[in-house]
Amino acid sequence: MVTSSSLVYLIGLPLFGAVFLLLIGRKADKWGHLLATAMSAGSFVLGLLHFFAMTNRSTEDRAITQTLFTWIEVGTFKVDAALLLDQLSICFVLLISGVGTLIHIYSISYMSHDENRRRFFAYLNLFIAAMLLLVLGNSYLNLYVGWEGVGLASYLLIGFWNKKPAYATASKKAFVMNRIGDMGLSFAIMIAFATMGTVSFEGVKESVDRVGTPALTAMGIMLLIAAAGKSAQFPLQAWLGDAMAGPTPVSALIHAATMVTAGVYLIVRSNFVFDAAPTAQLLVVIVGAITLIFGAIIGMAKDDIKKALAASTMSQIGYMIVGAGLGPAGYAFAIMHLLAHGFFKAGMFLGAGSVMHGMNDEVNMRKYGGLRKAMPITFITFGLGYLAIIGVPPFAGFYSKDEIIATAFNSGGAQGIILGSITLLGAVITAFYMTRVMVLTFTSKARWDAGVHPHESPALMWLPMAILAIGSVTAGYLFTQGEALVHWLSPLFAKKEEYEELLPHSVVSILAISAVIIGVSIALAKYQFRPVAAIAPTDVSFATRLARNDLGQDVVNEAIFMRPGQGLTQGLVVMDEKVIDGAVRGIGAMAVGSGATLRRTQSGYVRSYAALILVGALVLLAGIWVVTQ
Amino acid sequence: MDPYNYLYLAALLFTIGAVGVVVRRNAIVVFMCIELMLNAGNLTLVTFSRINGNLNGQVVAFFTMVVAACEVVVGLAIIVAIYRSRRSASIDDASLLKR
Repeated sequence: MVTSSSLVYLIGLPLFGAVFLLLIGRKADKWGHLLATAMSAGSFVLGLLHFFAMTNRSTEDRAITQTLFTWIEVGTFKVDAALLLDQLSICFVLLISGVGTLIHIYSISYMSHDENRRRFFAYLNLFIAAMLLLVLGNSYLNLYVGWEGVGLASYLLIGFWNKKPAYATASKKAFVMNRIGDMGLSFAIMIAFATMGTVSFEGVKESVDRVGTPALTAMGIMLLIAAAGKSAQFPLQAWLGDAMAGPTPVSALIHAATMVTAGVYLIVRSNFVFDAAPTAQLLVVIVGAITLIFGAIIGMAKDDIKKALAASTMSQIGYMIVGAGLGPAGYAFAIMHLLAHGFFKAGMFLGAGSVMHGMNDEVNMRKYGGLRKAMPITFITFGLGYLAIIGVPPFAGFYSKDEIIATAFNSGGAQGIILGSITLLGAVITAFYMTRVMVLTFTSKARWDAGVHPHESPALMWLPMAILAIGSVTAGYLFTQGEALVHWLSPLFAKKEEYEELLPHSVVSILAISAVIIGVSIALAKYQFRPVAAIAPTDVSFATRLARNDLGQDVVNEAIFMRPGQGLTQGLVVMDEKVIDGAVRGIGAMAVGSGATLRRTQSGYVRSYAALILVGALVLLAGIWVVTQ
Repeated sequence: MDPYNYLYLAALLFTIGAVGVVVRRNAIVVFMCIELMLNAGNLTLVTFSRINGNLNGQVVAFFTMVVAACEVVVGLAIIVAIYRSRRSASIDDASLLKR
């Protein structure tokens, strides 16, 4: 395999930015954001150079590695801190550093009034570095370091405005729920180590044939738990909505475009494990299918624009997970949807940030309306992202979602029909809730609060939005042109099996487009052609209330995990105070009490001591006498 | 003469000594009572030596005498030192170890 000495700079540049900006302190307040942006842009340029160099090499020489140092060496077990840049990682490197740089640029303006802007940019750089390490690591252990790093960056950035207790709680919630996923990943690594004696991707890939299916299934399920935690998939999805407490650029970068897709990366990267463990693969599909409907239903009821978009992210990642769970036929389409989603969802989040910027940080869509005229650029860029996500041809989402739906239908038997129908239903709901967001925000009548004067955002903000919008328009076409992306990624995956097509591709496309039309028309009928209440109506059906409360995800978590957990800890506290402390204090009190009693014999009078000795001697004699008699 | 009579005498002397140690305050008297008890012990040892017809008890009695002599030297020195510092030979006055 080709080695390289420059891979480390991809991670090194943003890492340097983060460390430098955090250490130098307030002195860098004036120019810190520029340095951070430059570091991120540097990574992107380096990534582009690597990409072009890669395209010039023949297929089998495309992957390059760099070994930094020997990390762990115990007997025959050896782990290098090594990086691997292959066809899959380069997609992520370009997405992360590209979208990351755009969001850095956007944040310069968005965060310009925040006194802690330098710290914000340092965290953003830290995130970029950790995320690049995640996708560049050549073993599960290296990936794990990045995995924890993005978790930390996510925690720091969700709680960036932690003066508000609710925001600090949200960051803690995200962190704690992510720990569950992290535990899954560490278990997967342990299983790999115990059964295969290696944790590198290459080593595991080669060992798959030697290891029994049960071990692979266990490893697959643990990887799925890890993916569910990081990618907000059922049943670990509850943190994503609250994560919207972070500044909007953070939501765009971390909680829409990059970090939350790390789970998809993990599953696609571990394709050899899942291909050999059909049970785990089936579970992946089930989790994805549940989440894609779950997120879509929540998205229909949310009035907070960021939470609606977060629910949509959850649902779209559900699509990717379904794709990744469909085996060799679906991996490339999962990545395609992931990249396309990175463009349009980041663009829409930035659009939402732009709207909030113009509306005095109002997030309730019922207070929006009619912003099309006030914010034309935001309207157009957001609108292009909207067309992309609902899957209108020829925008990005149409290609990627269409492929996933078609693959789902063609995955064979009853499973194929059920999955296909679910993904199609998801498309209807996606069209509905995204149209609702669009209508409530931009095209319905204005329902602004008094004193709100919406205005277009500065160029530094709309320029990244415009670039992302161009990406949303063209990405799908570029990826599918001559099956470019599928072809590009194919060396990494097993050959797809030939299967009988249940439905020809054109039929699926027609079905998908009709699904979109149905969703859009319902939403238009309900919101565009009827007045919208500025205050959310309370006399709504049980289902709506349920969806507004995130389908009771917090209620369930609190009832099943939090309260028993609190009960357990409270029980342990009582146990500690009463039993353990009681025993310790009891022994102490016993010593003190017996000492106080015995002290009375120490009168200081020699005669009483003598008398005691005499009595003692007599008792001893009497004892001996009794025993010997 | 019945050798057991010496044992009764020794028991009587020991009791007198023990009671004296417990009830008298004067250090010199207490000291003499201790000597009385030691000598009662010696008498017992010698008597048993006689009863058993060997010399073991007499040998031990010599040891006791040597120890008693040493003890007298040290004990009297302590009593004199206490008397000089506190102008009192009462052992109840020397109760500083109480606290």
